[in-house]
Amino acid sequence: MNHQIDSLPEFENHAEQETKFTTCYMCACRCGIKVTTEGNEVRFIQGNPNHPINKGVLCAKGNSGIMKQRSPAKLSKPLLRKPGTERGAGEFEEISWDEALDILTKRLKNIRATDPKKLAFFTGRDQMQALTGFWASQFGTINWAAHGGFCSVNMAAAGLYTTGHSFWEFGDPDWGLTKYFMMWGVAEDHASNPIKIGLKKLKERGAKFVAVNPVRTGYQAIADEWIAVRPGTDGMLALAMVHVLLQHDLFDDEFLVRYTNSPRLVVNTPGQVGDGLFLRNGDCQPLVYDQQSNAFVDGNRVDISPALFGDYTAPDGRPVRTVMSMLADKYLVDEYSPKKASKICGVPADTIERLALEIAHVAFKESITIDCEWTDWAGRKQTQFIGRPVSMHAMRGISAHSNGFQTCRAIHLLQVMLGTIDCPGGHLAKPPFPKHIPPNLKPARDMAPNTPLSSAPLGFPTAPEDLCIDGDGKPLRIDKAYSWDAPIAAHGLMHMVISNAVKGDPYEIDTLMLFMANMAWNSSMNTANTMAMLREKKEDGEYKIPFIVNSDAFHSEMVNYSDLVLPDTTFLERFDTISMLDRPISEPDAACDSIRQPIIEIDRDVRSWQEVLVDLAGRLDFPAFKTEQGGNKYESYKDFIINYERAPGIGFLAGWRGKDGDQHLCGEPNPKQWDAYIANECFFEYKLEPGQRYYRHANKDYLELAKKAHWVGSTDQILIEVYSEPLQKFRLAGQGLYDGPMPNNEQHKKRLTEHFDPLPYFYMPLEQQRIDKSEYRFHAVTQRPMFMYHSWDSQNAWLRQITSQNYLYMNRQECLGMGIADESWVWVESHNGKIRAQVKHMDGVESNTVWTWNAIAKAPGAWGLEKNANESKDAFLLNHLISELLPPKQSFADITNSDPVTGQAAWYDLCVKITPAADGETGAWPQFEQVQPLPNQGPSPKEISYTTHENVNLKRSFKDILTRGKK
Amino acid sequence: MKLGLVIDLDTCVGCHACATACKQWNTSGTIGPLSDQSPYGQDPNGSWLNRIRTFEVNQANTSTALVDNSKSASCGSHTFDLHALATQGESALAGVGSNGSPASKTVHMPMSCMQCEEADCVTVCPTGASYKREEDGIVLVDQDKCMGCNLCSWACPYGARELDEEQGVMKKCTLCVDRIYDQNLPESERKPACVLSCPTSSRVFGDFDDPTSEVSKLTVERAGQALMPELGYKPTNRYLPPREKGEVAAMVKTNEPALSKLKKWANRMIAR
Repeated sequence: MNHQIDSLPEFENHAEQETKFTTCYMCACRCGIKVTTEGNEVRFIQGNPNHPINKGVLCAKGNSGIMKQRSPAKLSKPLLRKPGTERGAGEFEEISWDEALDILTKRLKNIRATDPKKLAFFTGRDQMQALTGFWASQFGTINWAAHGGFCSVNMAAAGLYTTGHSFWEFGDPDWGLTKYFMMWGVAEDHASNPIKIGLKKLKERGAKFVAVNPVRTGYQAIADEWIAVRPGTDGMLALAMVHVLLQHDLFDDEFLVRYTNSPRLVVNTPGQVGDGLFLRNGDCQPLVYDQQSNAFVDGNRVDISPALFGDYTAPDGRPVRTVMSMLADKYLVDEYSPKKASKICGVPADTIERLALEIAHVAFKESITIDCEWTDWAGRKQTQFIGRPVSMHAMRGISAHSNGFQTCRAIHLLQVMLGTIDCPGGHLAKPPFPKHIPPNLKPARDMAPNTPLSSAPLGFPTAPEDLCIDGDGKPLRIDKAYSWDAPIAAHGLMHMVISNAVKGDPYEIDTLMLFMANMAWNSSMNTANTMAMLREKKEDGEYKIPFIVNSDAFHSEMVNYSDLVLPDTTFLERFDTISMLDRPISEPDAACDSIRQPIIEIDRDVRSWQEVLVDLAGRLDFPAFKTEQGGNKYESYKDFIINYERAPGIGFLAGWRGKDGDQHLCGEPNPKQWDAYIANECFFEYKLEPGQRYYRHANKDYLELAKKAHWVGSTDQILIEVYSEPLQKFRLAGQGLYDGPMPNNEQHKKRLTEHFDPLPYFYMPLEQQRIDKSEYRFHAVTQRPMFMYHSWDSQNAWLRQITSQNYLYMNRQECLGMGIADESWVWVESHNGKIRAQVKHMDGVESNTVWTWNAIAKAPGAWGLEKNANESKDAFLLNHLISELLPPKQSFADITNSDPVTGQAAWYDLCVKITPAADGETGAWPQFEQVQPLPNQGPSPKEISYTTHENVNLKRSFKDILTRGKK
Repeated sequence: MKLGLVIDLDTCVGCHACATACKQWNTSGTIGPLSDQSPYGQDPNGSWLNRIRTFEVNQANTSTALVDNSKSASCGSHTFDLHALATQGESALAGVGSNGSPASKTVHMPMSCMQCEEADCVTVCPTGASYKREEDGIVLVDQDKCMGCNLCSWACPYGARELDEEQGVMKKCTLCVDRIYDQNLPESERKPACVLSCPTSSRVFGDFDDPTSEVSKLTVERAGQALMPELGYKPTNRYLPPREKGEVAAMVKTNEPALSKLKKWANRMIAR
């Protein structure tokens, strides 16, 4: 607009304003933002148009960053629980950083010198796991993990054990080219802006968008077709679609032969050692049956034509069959027919069949080709990329069930059969993914005083030998990750830490150190009991968890239950790296990482947690942080990021490496690396060549680049694992047929035998197997509203105006049948407890499902809220109903309420019964004691009138009033 | 010029980004500050220039609000035909199965000032504070002349005006008049904050007088509709109804029973 400028006043004093770039942290998306400041205040936060993640747009949370910065709940000084007061009473005294770090150093030094596992260090919405994990391994404790165990480990693990990448952070639909998109179980969650940008692209191109979800809100509302699936049954739906594809010969046999392990031969000797493992030659290479030579040959050879189907007798006389033959047998049975599946997942049989026939049509009749030279894994020149333009995305609604790992594998199987993996229009990997399957990293196990671990605490087991158990089979980790309870717990089980530590099972700990994790409230299952556990004492009067350290920027419920509180900065006040070494922000066609830089000057006595970790590492004499002379190697976090090398040339930031800043991905440290990032709007984007952008599991040019950048260890083909031999090894252990560690109790044997199926399968979520389904007849699930998804750490004054009370949304017809009026109060009861909640009717919810917005409820007085805030009076947490343990079963020991493969918290498995509350019973129940204000914490403002400058009014002239009549 | 917005109901996911972007820009903008009452207490509510409501519409042509945090006092007493706007025929509605739930649809409905051509909010203003700019059609409130009598908000059927409790004056969408002409901003950013921010690009800003503008073209191509045109205020903003997705092609079924497939697979010669 170039008109009318002269008649307008100067609204903004641009000379007083400054614009800087950084990375948003209002949720987990890590969008690029451009922040305009005026004085030390934020005038405007907008999306960075050049940023690879958000391309200029910004969500409701990102736009509310000002109110996070202004939150009255910001911590301002280190806090120590007042001696003589009870934990949870909220009585703190302010102490100096020197005192705080002295107390902590003394305690940790002693633990490290005696029994390092007595420190449990768990982080919540951590975006620097490469640093916190490295810190834990330098400390020498294996008891470290982030929040993935109750977030999305099922998605990550299923992907990394199947295709080498996965949904969200490790892969994306090819939004630009896909013609058919299925979104499974996305509860308005991961990811925020990228999904929205992608959906717009699809709709503009006329691609079909199918949403599989029991609830029709948000994204589902704009889907072309909404599939109201019953919670926890998506695996059945996916496998019934596989059934239809097989029935009609609709699979990409060329893709399966070239890029997957489907032609491999599996030993078929049920009940014997070695059953279900690949037939291998003397060099241990898996064999296939070559149709050219009519012989068993090394399946990795280039010059062969493997049989996809077939039953054979191996040279040693054992019967063998191809993976594909096993797969066809498994899914063609009636159990997986659309008709049978329909009864379980509630989706009509003809709809299941039609969906399968539609995606097959798009994959095979509407395929696309991109003319582009590339070199395949074997060095053969190719002239085009073939695309099967069907793509999928799946998240929380799949992952948070106890069958989520196998369900996610089932969705990947559907993609693999159509040949839609990393092809144009399909599901694309994002560097540093794909990785070899699974990534070549084993969880650390051995610990010794004052000694770093020999590897990272978390990794990817491929056989029972890799478990973290002792000689008697007892778990070595406090969360029992990598034990028989959860053998492939690739993200740990943060949700079990408090419960296990309080029971002293497998052992007692000394210090629990938390970062950005609200375990005393919405991040725990069984919240009310968890709060009680945090207060539990031994006979000698000491707390069962003797010392709790917490770093957070805000006055959360967990702060209230801590002994030592280290106040963190906000995202606008610190340096950060979003590193390729942990949770990359890459796009499919580019490797990307980014930083944060301080925008606002700190006005409190707070320090960023990463700065504190580097400081502590020096105080605790971690070898990697010390010079040979015994001095501190790094003077600050920034210095550590520049100079630390995981391997020669590989550091936390991949851009502008080398002495002169002219090398990317790999190179010597660059002393001016931070400046280079800041000059480039705080992100680094390394675009792949066109010939490196697809089929990266089998793309030589890409794999060579990936090896150079240390994303993969070799340039070998990444063979997609339709059949998971690692799972079969665990299953054999359960069957007593494994030549190695095996479990000795019946429950573990049963879990391994049933759930470690090397091919995806459907089973009823575990809670449902142990309760009376006719009594608890509703599935109860949660989602975060888009304007709050992952925005965990302040009660934002703008966002809470959109929603400050959650309701229990129920299907209108069900309510009418039960006599439950709209907005009436009901009791909601599970095997673990009961709550009172207010109902809202809706049509767009599967009839057996109730749902609510998660984490709206807050303890009174926490987060700077007044005690009568709606969040405390009327909002409720469903968490109280969810036990961290499965409902008891006769003769079986208590066991985690988690996916038996990965340990993913199964908080979507919850089943409830609902009864109307009596007249006069209103308000949320249970209610909690008011959280006491912190020292020097004043009352929160009763009114806000935020502005960074006096507003320049656009005046209407009196002449205009007098001469223009009504206009 | 006739400046206004086009809002695409086919892609609006109801994320509220436009609402908070608006709040953020305008609280320090020409119409600001936009105060917030009880920001950390009971029933928080402040001044907003743009709010998003989410409705379910069903066959019976009834609609129910799932999310509606608008201030009831300024919500307007009229109802609009969401069914006609958001559903092009019954095929757009979906049921949930066999329990008798009516076929229905969820619709996200952002609402802000429509920049009406026949703006009664301007006519009723006793002080001349409310006016419609001749040069571009933006309806504004001169903050110095407004006495907070609330007449304009009662006159507005769209609930687009909110009286700021702290300031005692009327607030409304300015189409970010303090952004769109600002030569100090990059040209690509000279648009309303809501448009700049919208993650699904469901909001488009432009001149409806110019037939070649994106807003004019979209209105023609997608049959953009005015809200409650029957009231005669000639609103400028247009809503694009959801696209109808027809049937997509599917593979033809074979009639062979599934079980008979077993052990009948033929291997093709496929070189690795």
